[in-house]
Amino acid sequence: MIIEAENLVWGVKRRTIVSDVSLTVAPGETLGLIGPNGSGKSSLLRLLAGLRRPSSGRVEIQGRDIAHVPRRALSQEVAFVQQNAATDTNVSVLDVVRLGRTPHRSALAGWSAEDQEAVTTALERVDMTSRKGQAWQTLSGGERQRVHIARALAQSPKILFLDEPTNHLDIHHQIEILRLVRDLDLTSVVALHDLNLASMFCDRIVVLQEGRVYACGSPEAVLTEPLLREVFRVEAGVSPSPFHSRPHIQFMA
Amino acid sequence: MTPEHSDAGAFRLVLLLVACLGLLALAIAVATAIGDYSIGLGTVALAITNGLGLTGAEIPPIEQSVVWNLRLSRTLVAALAGAGLAISGAILQALLRNALAEPFVLGVSAGASTGAVSVIVLGVGAGSLSLSLGAFVGAFSAFAFVAILSNGATSGPNHTILAGVAAAQLFNALTSYIVTTSGNAQQARDVMFWLLGSFGGVRWPDFQLLLIVVVVSLAVCIFMARALDAFTFGDEDAAALGVPVARIRLIMFAVTAILTATIVSMVGAIGFVGLVVPHAARYVVGPLHLRLLPACAAVGAIFMVCADIASRVIVAQQTVPIGVVTALVGVPFFAIILYRARPQS
Repeated sequence: MIIEAENLVWGVKRRTIVSDVSLTVAPGETLGLIGPNGSGKSSLLRLLAGLRRPSSGRVEIQGRDIAHVPRRALSQEVAFVQQNAATDTNVSVLDVVRLGRTPHRSALAGWSAEDQEAVTTALERVDMTSRKGQAWQTLSGGERQRVHIARALAQSPKILFLDEPTNHLDIHHQIEILRLVRDLDLTSVVALHDLNLASMFCDRIVVLQEGRVYACGSPEAVLTEPLLREVFRVEAGVSPSPFHSRPHIQFMA
Repeated sequence: MTPEHSDAGAFRLVLLLVACLGLLALAIAVATAIGDYSIGLGTVALAITNGLGLTGAEIPPIEQSVVWNLRLSRTLVAALAGAGLAISGAILQALLRNALAEPFVLGVSAGASTGAVSVIVLGVGAGSLSLSLGAFVGAFSAFAFVAILSNGATSGPNHTILAGVAAAQLFNALTSYIVTTSGNAQQARDVMFWLLGSFGGVRWPDFQLLLIVVVVSLAVCIFMARALDAFTFGDEDAAALGVPVARIRLIMFAVTAILTATIVSMVGAIGFVGLVVPHAARYVVGPLHLRLLPACAAVGAIFMVCADIASRVIVAQQTVPIGVVTALVGVPFFAIILYRARPQS
């Protein structure tokens, strides 16, 4: 599904956090959102997912303005994975993944074969089928993130938004999660901190600076030495990786 | 492929509900039989069927009257109050994502007490109707106070709990102020008894009102059970799952407020039930609300009827305030649950 954002503006009180952002995400594409802390990545992601109302501008998904789509109908097509969503409730992995079916079930409807199919597939996709009975509290950080992704997949979405899904994970799990997201047959938008990972796994990258789109394009076009100096305030050397031919960034100490 | 453990949860719920209904019937019969004037269980059964118009058995009119007019209404109100408080606790714990949340932590009982004390001591209005009304107004004031301080409970769970603690402190202080500056010794005793809860004096009209409020509330909550589950990982997550967060919050808080205020205005401030019963029920049927809420209602009802029985038999010829019993019975029970449910890691 195609996502189009036009002139999005959003802020808290007098501070503008997202200012005049327009972008397009092509169907099936994995788009990376990068930018320094406070550049508005998370806020933009929430505006695109319809979790916040822009003060002006609009987001269209498949040509429909999402401000006019009811919350539940939107959630049947769009899933959102927060960073480090936690709970004190003693739920099992299966309970959490089943929550993903919420937008597809009416208040008292039973558990359908379709629901079961979606949950089973989602658990398999993140390789947590054998752990479905386990208490969520006992999972490691990487496993929790995988379960959250499974829950989002159980929503049977066409679009997936992920807010720094690799935060606090070791490098193995970071790569594992991003590989999973890249290989999904979905349009996905991922806010990321690690520039090399963004380079490796995203089809296109949007660079945010102070709430504005500073650059947008393929990793090769965007991840340049002048941009890193200007936006991220780091001296770095960028060269094509001998392993995956995408830009590889080496920072100067 | 079926999710085996959730079937087990459903089975446990059915088992629990059947066991609870049996126990509840027994507890109600016992609660109706005992008292200053003991009546045999057989006579109790006949008096109840007589009252329902099913039989026309010859039993002493005094026994008929005591069973039907005094004790049965009292016991049924106790059961409904227990069920209602437990449901309120479960709802608030889900919405605020805090294991400590319950109507009393949020200052509702304190507000109701202030309202009731204003009527008893300051004589705002007169008669028992205005006492209930005073408590009702007080309870709602406390809810409003918390809602305003916490931006309609949207400022995060801890913020709301803190607002509740502030409300409780404020209204408790007001209550103490009114009692110490304006009350005489007798009024202070009356107030004290009311603050700790009492089922003395409730009659059939109370039961009818409470029955409607509890049944409607439970139905509304069960209808929204799926949405409550979606709050497991917070408001934003619930929104991402398609739940209209602001609307559900408003409806659920309103239901809890009406439920609690009705109960407190009838039987006074009975603490601990709203806190302990949802935890106990969750331990048996799991955290999903479609099961949790009926389980809470059933367990809450039994708990309260048993507490009422205990309050009348612990000390001969005297009734211990019900709030004292719920805490005395509840705390050890709660300790066991906390111990068994401690994190395994």
